[in-house]
Amino acid sequence: MEIKENASTSMTDIQNEIIDEFSFLGDDRESTIFYIMELGQKLPELDEKYKIEENIIKGCQSKVWLTADLDGNRILFNADSNTDITKGLISLLIRVLSGQNVDDVLNTDLYFIEKIGMGQIIGSQRSNGLVAMIKQMKLYALAYKSKLS
Amino acid sequence: MTQIVENIESKINVSTIRSKFPVLDQKVNGKKLIYFDNAATTQKPEVVINALSDYYRQYNANIHRGLHTLAERATAAYEDTRKTVQQFINASEAEEVIFTSGTTESINLVANAYGRKFLHPGDEVIISGLEHHSNIVPWQLICQEKSALLKVIPIDAKGDIDLEAFKKIITDKTKIVAVNHISNSLGTINPVREIVQIAHDSGAIVLLDGAQATAHVDIDVQELDCDFYAFSAHKLYGPTGVGVLYGKRKLLESMNPFQSGGEMIKEVTFEKTTFNDIPYKFEAGTPNIADVIAFNEALKFVIGLGNKEDVLSYEQTLLNEATERLKEIPGLTIIGEADQKIAVISFIIEGLHHFDIGMMLDAKGIAVRTGHHCTQPLMNRFGIDGTVRVSFSIYNTLEEVSIFADSLKQIVEKWR
Repeated sequence: MEIKENASTSMTDIQNEIIDEFSFLGDDRESTIFYIMELGQKLPELDEKYKIEENIIKGCQSKVWLTADLDGNRILFNADSNTDITKGLISLLIRVLSGQNVDDVLNTDLYFIEKIGMGQIIGSQRSNGLVAMIKQMKLYALAYKSKLS
Repeated sequence: MTQIVENIESKINVSTIRSKFPVLDQKVNGKKLIYFDNAATTQKPEVVINALSDYYRQYNANIHRGLHTLAERATAAYEDTRKTVQQFINASEAEEVIFTSGTTESINLVANAYGRKFLHPGDEVIISGLEHHSNIVPWQLICQEKSALLKVIPIDAKGDIDLEAFKKIITDKTKIVAVNHISNSLGTINPVREIVQIAHDSGAIVLLDGAQATAHVDIDVQELDCDFYAFSAHKLYGPTGVGVLYGKRKLLESMNPFQSGGEMIKEVTFEKTTFNDIPYKFEAGTPNIADVIAFNEALKFVIGLGNKEDVLSYEQTLLNEATERLKEIPGLTIIGEADQKIAVISFIIEGLHHFDIGMMLDAKGIAVRTGHHCTQPLMNRFGIDGTVRVSFSIYNTLEEVSIFADSLKQIVEKWR
């Protein structure tokens, strides 16, 4: 339900919203990590039947399962992870990308990641994992785009 | 109890020791740094840092073949470290000490230079279920190459090597036994003297991976009677990029070189090369001169700490206090509770992933390690994919243990 409401908001607006939220946390690393974990805990759990090998994103240190469905020309993402911080990270990506037009998902610049200083917050290892998540989401969009055309 | 702790603490004089480690005096994420990742690498005392800088500022030169004064100074300093290592591990001669890039290279050297020459199809190599990947993979590779069989000594639920099982799997075909002196993931101190005895009785040689042992327990290679002993400088307050392979002269002389090039030769013509004597036969190319020289200061620092039993006893105080405090935390399980262990605690908490715990502790300025610690088979043995590992060193304090335990308790109360 939440996903559909997001669809009416532009990705730029959502990204700016996230930047605002993180700016409230300031430089306090502990509050930032707690906030990401809270986001993770709020992300609905993925049904066990989707937690299968083929849905696992390669390149993440922790386990991340990602599914993508097409609703008209919009793509809906759902994900889960065995760690709360990773769930928090992917929930941010879902908030921006899920429910958006396939073309927009493909073309969008996820500038909020740099703006909120995610690299410093999560470190280089997890940053690689985040890149792997984004890549996988865009790959789904690409696959659905060719299906639509 | 408090009195005893204070006495031990004053014997070790932690505040004086701490003052020698510049890195410890800082805030991380706004909190006073608590460094509990010593099994991964220890911090460096100022004397080590200065030795590195002095070498480059005052006598940087390539060693051994130079005739000039700087080369002489550098050579003397480099070889002096070898003598200190000899003294530190009680090797019978300095030539039995080979400098490598670390424990991993030391083990690879033996697997390649000894294994390739002396393993034959049908022979066996025995390792244990406690091993770090660097004491598993080199043996897997050489066993594949030589059609030899790799056997594994099982470990029990407490994290101890099953010696009875070892006696059962060792045969007259076993040529090499390679086990760690102390487990990096669980801290188990293995009965290496007995393992060496059993192996020798069966005609096998023994390599001990001492990476986790050298900073915490006395090492006497003659008393242990091991054939090879491998360790790293950086886990012993020294620089990264330096390791040691101790080997008995007879064995080292019987082996072919591992790498080839300069330094390791006596004479080269296009038809034939005569190899240099040990240890140089195994030190091809320009070695890591600066770090080897600085390592000498690390060794002198450790020797200067006095009796290793006092060091171990102080670290055990930290271990006991931490173990007691952690056991009070709901949902926490300690992985590895061997009777003989160094100050390493691996644990998991039900409902909280080890990565999340590690990041939350880091946000509180507490450095711990999370994951499989390069011991995936051991993690599989316990049916887990990783742990949080805290590992203490001589510069850690009971106050730090207390802050850590309080912080972890808060995290668990909030998130679990």
